[in-house]
Amino acid sequence: MNKVRKQRLMVVLGVVAGLGIAVALALTALQDNINLFYTPEQIVSGEAPVGRKMRVGGLVVEDSVQRDPETLEVSFAITDGNGAFTVHYQGILPDLFREGQGIVANGTLVSRENFQAKEVLAKHDEEYMAPEVQEALEQAGHPGANKSGGKPEYGDSDEKSGSASYQ
Amino acid sequence: MWNWLKKWYHKLGSPRYFYEITGAWLPWVWPLAVLTLGAGLVWGLAFAPPDYQQGNSYRIIFIHVPAASAALLGYVAMGVAGLVALVWRMKMAEIMIKAIAPFGATLAAIALITGAIWGKPTWGTWWVWDARLTSMLILLFLYLGVIALQNAITDPRQAGRAAGLLAVVGVINVVIVKYSVQWWNSLHQGSTIRMTEESTMPPEMLTPLLISMAGFYLLFACIVLVNARSEVLWRERRANWVRRELSNVL
Amino acid sequence: MYFESFADFLEMGRHGFYVWTAYGVSLALIVTNLVAMVHRRRQVRAEIRRASRREEAVENHPRNEQSS
Repeated sequence: MNKVRKQRLMVVLGVVAGLGIAVALALTALQDNINLFYTPEQIVSGEAPVGRKMRVGGLVVEDSVQRDPETLEVSFAITDGNGAFTVHYQGILPDLFREGQGIVANGTLVSRENFQAKEVLAKHDEEYMAPEVQEALEQAGHPGANKSGGKPEYGDSDEKSGSASYQ
Repeated sequence: MWNWLKKWYHKLGSPRYFYEITGAWLPWVWPLAVLTLGAGLVWGLAFAPPDYQQGNSYRIIFIHVPAASAALLGYVAMGVAGLVALVWRMKMAEIMIKAIAPFGATLAAIALITGAIWGKPTWGTWWVWDARLTSMLILLFLYLGVIALQNAITDPRQAGRAAGLLAVVGVINVVIVKYSVQWWNSLHQGSTIRMTEESTMPPEMLTPLLISMAGFYLLFACIVLVNARSEVLWRERRANWVRRELSNVL
Repeated sequence: MYFESFADFLEMGRHGFYVWTAYGVSLALIVTNLVAMVHRRRQVRAEIRRASRREEAVENHPRNEQSS
């Protein structure tokens, strides 16, 4: 490679590296804003401000869903394995809303234990399966068949919650 | 290996050689692209089983994932062409940037639109401003930026270099799109197709998905090559070989 | 074939609207690109042919050179 080209290559790589570092710094600084939701751990630990509008996300705790037969009011607990709190919601839940599945709720944090949701979205995981296969797995009592009992694959996973220091 | 690569690079760097060799490839690649794409989509739409949770709406995956993946891969290719255009000032690289951008933008748009349509019945919303969706939207804007730069500058060589710089720099965003679901919590799920471990999908769904993906890549390649060939002819329009080429075939 | 009838296939278990819209929009966008690609190819070739015919005509009739 001749001298001029080498120089040009250095300049281009330098620009990319510089910009890459700047973007990385900006994204790290904005981490809180880029995260779509607060995890139950952040709610319980007091990291999420009470009384503010926000999104929260977690797995719906098994057997925690309570529906009011008169109104459309529904409440359920969500967890990430490191904390749990109750979400209150009035309205129709998405099709994929299920116990043991991930959800993201948009609303206001009333207290450390209670969240009033205006909108509930279902998060689904990356596992795809044919219905018959899933039934067969469930009948055989395969641990992978029922998500809730399995790994906490939701929200801040292990590798992140250990090292991340927000604020 | 290195020498072979170097020779190949110099050969393909010649517009005339590029025109001739791709002219020989295309009659083979076109039918292959149409066949794989058709097979993958028909298989996915009609023969693959439904998902145990999402039912049939998941069939959108057979265009959504291949389009998104081809859009990302196309951007990386455009970034490499941008680097070559900037450092070695190779004409062919400038032509490639111009040939890749339009269909790359289309694929990014397809990924966003099908994602929104899929999101409505599964998530319960068309759109949220989460890391994955937002960075994918930025990818579309980067593609559009490259196209706009090409059109804004009259001199094709200067336009090529300006677009090349945006293409190179924009590769940073490709990395962000790829890892967005791991770095931040988002509504979008993690990736299903995995390189290093087992994919989280049974073979009767994964096979049509991979075939459809190959189909999208091949179609992308065909469209890029045809567009690049048109651009080669246009830029070399005063050259004798172009005149001869066009007078031979009526 | 997973579906039992063609109507089932179109219905996609209540999700027909979403699935077919997604496929339809994608197809439309791809076809638009293909049309643009063919159009550009034709345009470039026609233009170059026209230019070379014009120049040939000029070469063959030297008198025309002055008039143009």
